[in-house]
Amino acid sequence: MTTLSDPPRESFRLSMLLNDTRYRSYTLQFIALVLLLLLFGYLASNLVTNLADQGQNISYKFLGEPAGYDINQRPIPYDSQSTHMRAAIVGVLNTLIVSVLGCITATILGVLAGVARLSPNWLLRKLMSVYVEIFRNIPVFIWILIIFAIMAAAMPAPRAFRGEDPEASPLFGIIALTNRGVYIPKPILENGSGIVFAVFLLSIVGVFFYRRYARNLLFNTGKLLPTFWPTLGILFLPALLVYFALGMPIGWEIPELKGFNFQGGVQIRGSLIALWLALGIYTGAFVAENVRAGIQAVSAGQTEAAAALGLRPRRIMNLVILPQALRVIIPPLISQYLNLTKNSSLAIAVGYMDITGTLGGITLNQTGRAIEAILLLMLFYLAISLGISAIMNAYNNAMKLKER
Amino acid sequence: MSDTHAQFAFVRSKMLPEAPPPASERGAAKWVRQNFFSSTINTVMTIFVFVVVIQIALTVVPWLANGVWSGSSLSDCREALAGETGACFAVLSERWNQLLFGFQYPSELYWRPLAAFLLLFVAIAPVLFQKYVPSKMLIFTALYPFIAFFLIWGGSLLTPVLALAGFVVGYFVYTKLVAQSFALGFFGGLFAALAFWILSGYLPVEGILAIEPVESREIGGFMLNLILGTVCVSLSIPFGIALALGRQSSMPIIKWICVVFIEFIRGVPLITLLFVANVVLAYFLPPGTNFDLILRVIIMITMFASAYIAEVIRGGLAALPRGQYEAANSLGLDYAQSMRLIILPQALKISIPGIVNVAVGLFKDTTLVSVISMFDLVGMIRGPISSSQEWNGVYWELFLAAGLLFFVTCYGISQYSQWLERELRTDHR
Repeated sequence: MTTLSDPPRESFRLSMLLNDTRYRSYTLQFIALVLLLLLFGYLASNLVTNLADQGQNISYKFLGEPAGYDINQRPIPYDSQSTHMRAAIVGVLNTLIVSVLGCITATILGVLAGVARLSPNWLLRKLMSVYVEIFRNIPVFIWILIIFAIMAAAMPAPRAFRGEDPEASPLFGIIALTNRGVYIPKPILENGSGIVFAVFLLSIVGVFFYRRYARNLLFNTGKLLPTFWPTLGILFLPALLVYFALGMPIGWEIPELKGFNFQGGVQIRGSLIALWLALGIYTGAFVAENVRAGIQAVSAGQTEAAAALGLRPRRIMNLVILPQALRVIIPPLISQYLNLTKNSSLAIAVGYMDITGTLGGITLNQTGRAIEAILLLMLFYLAISLGISAIMNAYNNAMKLKER
Repeated sequence: MSDTHAQFAFVRSKMLPEAPPPASERGAAKWVRQNFFSSTINTVMTIFVFVVVIQIALTVVPWLANGVWSGSSLSDCREALAGETGACFAVLSERWNQLLFGFQYPSELYWRPLAAFLLLFVAIAPVLFQKYVPSKMLIFTALYPFIAFFLIWGGSLLTPVLALAGFVVGYFVYTKLVAQSFALGFFGGLFAALAFWILSGYLPVEGILAIEPVESREIGGFMLNLILGTVCVSLSIPFGIALALGRQSSMPIIKWICVVFIEFIRGVPLITLLFVANVVLAYFLPPGTNFDLILRVIIMITMFASAYIAEVIRGGLAALPRGQYEAANSLGLDYAQSMRLIILPQALKISIPGIVNVAVGLFKDTTLVSVISMFDLVGMIRGPISSSQEWNGVYWELFLAAGLLFFVTCYGISQYSQWLERELRTDHR
């Protein structure tokens, strides 16, 4: 006797597409897809009609045409006869320059301020919270303009450096702060400078090996080698020795006032400095909050347990607190780097020629290729963002607490 | 007992009264020592910071104190100061209205945006302080967008009334249909409202019950920042919720549409989206349509903000324990009910600090519209005021004013969020 049987199979009815949960999700997705395609189709047909009305088309040929404008900061050779493509590459490099400089500044400032906010010193703590609150609550755009105004209006003109008793004099005799930018000495590479650099690179590798050796020794035998002074020594001594042995192959070209302006050296323009400092200090305030939160996230019991094991305060910080705090700090830190890179597009407001200034600014205005230029611009930023988030995901996976 | 006494010369038999701690270990002295001079490094730091603060104060205080508040140009200020250092606040007293309202907004109508601004507080009070303000006030909150639009843009009273009527029609249809299913009610209401708006678009409303209209391009100054900030944040919250739910969805196509949208928007800077609003968006609209730059900017900034808010809310959704979802299912609630009644109220509560962060960031980012030549607060400073003959060369006073306006607003919002977090905390720690 069979009492159990399959329920009678219902034949498929059209109303089940809406009422049966097994099929409803397909219906909904199908509707969404159709709506999306319709939207795209509508936008595309509008685009085609509009372009046809104005006698335009979509083409990237303009990238190969001569740009015809000058760029004041050129990391690679470029003149007004170069192509728009090359102008865009110069812009990309300028974006990367200011982003990297800004990220380094933001990290240093942020770590210092974040640690200082936890300091036992009341005055320092309050000063740092004032810094963090002021910079976090005022738009970065205003900060860029303020620092740009300081560079342009409050710095002395080059002619103030002239004469027997000048009103202004270069910092340490080598760095000239003027309203046309900051002039710093430029290294002159002569024969043999390559060897110095090679030795320096080798020293970095050497430091890495020494630290690994010290750690293995510690783990295997319990013997503790000093790390700080040997690291410094390995890093700088060989390079300095080679430098002097080869007869100082790296010279310095010091900027000098000639005619109306400084000649020689490297000129760092006011726009770069404004952007760099504003982005660095502004993002630094956010990083400070991340650092503070990260250190506070490590429970006090960890410090006490480490102290009970007999570790000294510096070792507690290096071996117990920091490794745990970094796990909390690094992900938001990287997203701050990402924000900084995206905010560097504000360069256009102070005339710094980054990718937004070249491709999205002058190239767009000259060629009228708005759609193409902005699409390329967005793709560039998107590539950077996705690249950095890929790195971040890899890091998160590597650092994840491996519990089981 | 007496034996022990005999052994020693003196034994105290009475308890001494409690003595206060030594002078260096209590009160102000202790606080100063602990905070300023607890170690050598700390002492050095204190002195260093003190010197820095004094230096800053010595430059800033005379500059502020000597400030000149009246005058009609920079040279007037220089005359009044007669070579001393001092601020030229005359630019603020003369151009204050321009900083707030832009340079084109008719000056006899300033009361209208001002009234809208004051009413904003009445409107958001029941949302911000739910426990302390009667919930009947929410009716005014719902009406506020239409009142504010009417006050700021002017024109016929019928325009906002018809817009409101569309919502009412939509809501009416929704209540009729929601008994069958939430989706049917929602989409039915949406279509009814859209149909009503399209039909009412044909009504001749020009000039009926009208007050003086103001064009969008005449709106500027800090008012523009506030309008963009409030409108975009309030619009982006529902879109953000929808995107976050979509990203969590088990339906792959819907999930991927949301993921691509969110990641794309989060990957590009706001400035490129503003460029899109300024020059590209027109290509994608039917030929001949020409709508306000301000509206285009609102659309792009709302898209931008929704992507960020979606990520914040997704964090809140992910932080809820799975048991909440399962409990909702086991009660027999359908998707819409379980989201509305169980999941979202908790998830949104967790996300409040994040949403406020996004709101503050977005409000600060509204200054970017000056790059596409809209005259918001920063645009006014960079454009009409700095390039005018009288005030060419005044920077600090203007940036100080702009900074203060933003600081007060953003700091106020973040303080509110911290208060709300304490208020909503339900655990007993």
